[in-house]
Amino acid sequence: MPAVAETISAVETLNASTYKWGFETDIEMEFAPKGLNEDTIRLISARKEEPEWLLAWRLKAFEAWGRMVEPRWAKVGYAPIDYQDAYYYAAPKRKPGPKSLDEVDPQLLAVYDKLGIPLREQAILAGVEGAAPAAGDEDAEPGEGARPQIAVDAVFDSVSVATTFRKSLMKAGVIFCPISEAVREHPELVQRYLGSVVPASDNFFAALNSAVFTDGSFVYVPKGVRCPMELSTYFRINARNTGQFERTLIIAEEGASVSYLEGCTAPMRDENQLHAAVVELVAMDDAKIKYSTVQNWYPGDANGLGGIYNFVTKRGACRGARSHISWTQVETGSAITWKYPSCILQGEDSVGEFYSVAVTNNHQQADTGTKMIHIGKGTRSTIVAKTISAGQSDSTYRGLVRMMPKASGARNFTQCDSLLIGDRCGAHTVPYIENRNMTARVEHEATTSKISEDQMFYCRQRGLSQEDAVGLIVNGFCKDVLKELPMEFAVEAQKLLQISLEGSVG
Amino acid sequence: MNAIDGNNAAQFLALHDRRGSSSALSEAGAAALRHGGLPRRDVEAWKYTDLRPLTALAVSVAEAPSEAVLATANGLLQGLQLDMHGLAGVARLVFVNGHAAPSLSLLPDAALLSVQDAPAEGSLAPGAMAALNATLGQGGAALRVPGGVDAGRLLLLTLGVGEGDGAVTAHPHHRILLEPGSRLSLLEIAAGHGLYVNNPVLEVELRNGAHLTHVRLQDEAVEALHLSTVRAEVAEGGSYDSFSLALGARLARHEVHATMSGRGAEVQVNGAQLLDGQQHADLTSVIVHKAPACNSRQTVKNVLSGRSRAVFQGKIVVERIAQKTDGYQMNQALLLSNEAEIDTKPELEIYADDVKCSHGATAGALDDDQLFYLRSRGVPVVEARAILVRAFLADALGLIDDEVTRGVLERAVDASWDRRSSDE
Repeated sequence: MPAVAETISAVETLNASTYKWGFETDIEMEFAPKGLNEDTIRLISARKEEPEWLLAWRLKAFEAWGRMVEPRWAKVGYAPIDYQDAYYYAAPKRKPGPKSLDEVDPQLLAVYDKLGIPLREQAILAGVEGAAPAAGDEDAEPGEGARPQIAVDAVFDSVSVATTFRKSLMKAGVIFCPISEAVREHPELVQRYLGSVVPASDNFFAALNSAVFTDGSFVYVPKGVRCPMELSTYFRINARNTGQFERTLIIAEEGASVSYLEGCTAPMRDENQLHAAVVELVAMDDAKIKYSTVQNWYPGDANGLGGIYNFVTKRGACRGARSHISWTQVETGSAITWKYPSCILQGEDSVGEFYSVAVTNNHQQADTGTKMIHIGKGTRSTIVAKTISAGQSDSTYRGLVRMMPKASGARNFTQCDSLLIGDRCGAHTVPYIENRNMTARVEHEATTSKISEDQMFYCRQRGLSQEDAVGLIVNGFCKDVLKELPMEFAVEAQKLLQISLEGSVG
Repeated sequence: MNAIDGNNAAQFLALHDRRGSSSALSEAGAAALRHGGLPRRDVEAWKYTDLRPLTALAVSVAEAPSEAVLATANGLLQGLQLDMHGLAGVARLVFVNGHAAPSLSLLPDAALLSVQDAPAEGSLAPGAMAALNATLGQGGAALRVPGGVDAGRLLLLTLGVGEGDGAVTAHPHHRILLEPGSRLSLLEIAAGHGLYVNNPVLEVELRNGAHLTHVRLQDEAVEALHLSTVRAEVAEGGSYDSFSLALGARLARHEVHATMSGRGAEVQVNGAQLLDGQQHADLTSVIVHKAPACNSRQTVKNVLSGRSRAVFQGKIVVERIAQKTDGYQMNQALLLSNEAEIDTKPELEIYADDVKCSHGATAGALDDDQLFYLRSRGVPVVEARAILVRAFLADALGLIDDEVTRGVLERAVDASWDRRSSDE
């Protein structure tokens, strides 16, 4: 995770070999046969020892997917994807059922070490270098004044390899485990909520995910519980020709609150790999879910060769009154991003938030934004999206704000700003605003500009170097979003934005 | 989809085929319709406007107007009271159901402005409605203002008269060419009676330093459909300054495609939509910056009562070469009823880095505090609402420089507002 924040520098530097998470690990893997058909799905389901209802659900999704057409409305271009030319299940071979981290393949642990992910339950704060690893044993409570701990679920291709701090979390009543395990251990919860926010046939990529999803995280925070530590999932694509289809489900019961972080990287390869995830959040009365993403999939090289296709459906349901869902994303990786974390604001006075910084460079394409669907009375939403385009990239903000007839007194405020660096990139803004309630109020503002000469002059005049001035201005530009990240990430992200944009203006 | 219920433009294509020999433009239009039919709502540009009210009609292409139709048209013309609005003696071109009506027209001084009947020709203008217009193209007026001449004001009146069971459709295609340094102030008024479809196309070409002011008043009959397309190309230092007011029609869409192709050109696509009942009006614009240092401005206001629905789709494209672009776009909606709906899609597509572009959109009800302020000073609620609505629209109408033209629109707004208020 700490490394993740340095993304932008990797993206910005024209030589893509500086993508330092681009290594490949030679681990003995087990694959499902190449291609996508019912047998693949049955195999995945069997490997995961899933109950019958889930297999039936998958097959139904697959059938729906077969009838659907790949969406083409986003402002991204790519060669047709051959869905039969990929592996849908890839798992590191392992001895059956490692009971603790010590039994996990040391090679795998080494991968995460290299990525900087604290799988050993050290109280290391992501992003802080040189933090003394205060060796924590499984049952250690986070002590007074100790650095905050982060529980991590590490997903390697199709399976979760380790989840840390589970016992401490269990004590608080919080369930944090791989979703494949939740299916076995807590089937009633999974069956109740899976697909309740993003139905299996919601859209092309969500249907594909529903049919073949392999792993992901499951979080359940019971009534009145404030999750005692940050939860985090780290996704790693490693195997060649595989797609990653993770599924995350987070449920916060009445009065519960949880903050969740996700990070992701992949090896550098010349071919494109598909990542089609689904994330579902459910917040009941007075519950709060904060979901932060640092997306750092391999973006492809300077010529646009390779990189991840990141086609993701993320949606949160504010079911309860006064519930609160907040999405924060820093999007720097992926060759193509197609992602619209959304909120269904059903509960009265519920609140949805979306804070986004999207940086594209070289040949990256990003079409990202949010949807805020106001159903309940007095619902509020805030959208702050910052887009920075450099190189020959294209970046689009696409968002929908819909006020339904019953959303009396609802409010939305949207601010979208784009910054262009260089004259070969593009920045686009496509907001959709639909208001069907006279007492609902929607405000949208958007600007597009470059770093102004006046701002530069002001900074230079006070003795700042060109780079420092750019860094300062860009950080100011992104401040509204960065301040929403958990503090340590924000500090790191700020530093990195600065490094990343070195030499891009002048 | 077409395989299931056939091409939804089939009856228009049949009309086209029946007319026999036609121009290349007409064939291009028909080819476009044959290929995809008229757009349904799964076409992004038509996401919010459903053309089924058009495709459900039994249509015909209007014949040259009969004496009876001309008499009705004359009645409509008198009803506009142009003389009282400071437009007495101003040159006017009148079209009835898409056909020129010389008996109702008043031709301009040929030295200032030449007017010729011209068949529709040239390239197909963008958009589905322009394709339909081309398919059944009736031709129209070709206007030309010579270099350096200020041609003053011109009225363009398109009157629709529906009769019989089906819907007559009119597809006039007008062209305006302003030579370098010339000026023209065009006031276009669309009105009518009964059930008809008015589907005009206007092509505007502005040479270096030419200025066209184009103010439209769309006050069609309540049953009518109004679907119009403007394509404007503005050369260096030229300006296309437009305002479109939508008051009438059951279903209306005004599409503007304006391109700035020379340095320092300017485009304004302003407008207002004042709707009630079951009305649906759509203002869609695509403004393209193709040259450096051009300005575009857009302010659109919507006032919606009853179960009406307004759509605004405004796209600004800034091409790579168009450095130093200054673009501004604002869309605001006032919802006066809980069943009214506004759908807004302001869109920026930007490929140049040294630009200043911004857009804004708001939607909401009348401000309670403002209402309270007026009522506490003894203003009745109906009047207080009217005052606030007028003030809201004034920001947009105030963008029309010409007082006489602005007056025509203001009076039309007032009349329309009074009509609605008395219905309540």
